[in-house]
Amino acid sequence: MPVKVMIPTPLRPYAGKRASAEFNAGTVGEALTYLTTEYADLRKHLFTEDGKLRSFVNVYVNDEDIRYLAKENTATKDGDTISIIPSIAGGCCCSR
Amino acid sequence: MAGETTLWISSHLAERIRAHGAETYPYECCGALLGRDPEAADPEAVREVLALFPLLNRRDDSPRNRFSLTGQDVLDADRAAQKQGMEVIGWYHSHPDHPARPSQYDQDHAWPWYSYVIVSVQNGAPQDMSSWRLNDDRQAFSPEGIEIRHRAAV
Repeated sequence: MPVKVMIPTPLRPYAGKRASAEFNAGTVGEALTYLTTEYADLRKHLFTEDGKLRSFVNVYVNDEDIRYLAKENTATKDGDTISIIPSIAGGCCCSR
Repeated sequence: MAGETTLWISSHLAERIRAHGAETYPYECCGALLGRDPEAADPEAVREVLALFPLLNRRDDSPRNRFSLTGQDVLDADRAAQKQGMEVIGWYHSHPDHPARPSQYDQDHAWPWYSYVIVSVQNGAPQDMSSWRLNDDRQAFSPEGIEIRHRAAV
């Protein structure tokens, strides 16, 4: 049984309107690579130009934030669910 | 994002966003816009805000010019929407003593598809309100029309 990647609503238009996709992946990084290879338009919304996961993209394996695990090297096993959760932030430009 | 978009909102909910901005002044307020997005079924249909999910600004270090939400806040908003048969269609926040236009910081942290509503609050009084959507290439926001509907909130 492969790993399931849950795609958040704002990214579904770039993933053939799918809510999830499944891949045979051994790590979170691998699964996200497969995901953005299959749906190339997703790449710029998940990764910076130098290939790092954007800071406002939260990734969970089952219920664990990968920042507290091994980040993108976090190992996955069959049946795991990887969730991409938008981090929401903003604010006016001036510093005070 | 294709073409010009419009966000519908009742006058009652629009007023609640303004009131939230006034309440947290001089700090930024924030919350989720819940509603239904018919775009998938009908590209010509408009997106409508049917409820709000006010949240706490988690940026304790710089709340006058920044806001942020935790992953849990986002999940809570999603669950609140699902319970009402809706989805999170966007987010709102205030710009204290600053125009209702997205900053570079807003753009850098934005997601596509969502509607981003900004209310300007000048000296504690809410002023203009605008809505924006991030372009597909992430290089700019496009303004989204706000249509105030004068009927009871759902």
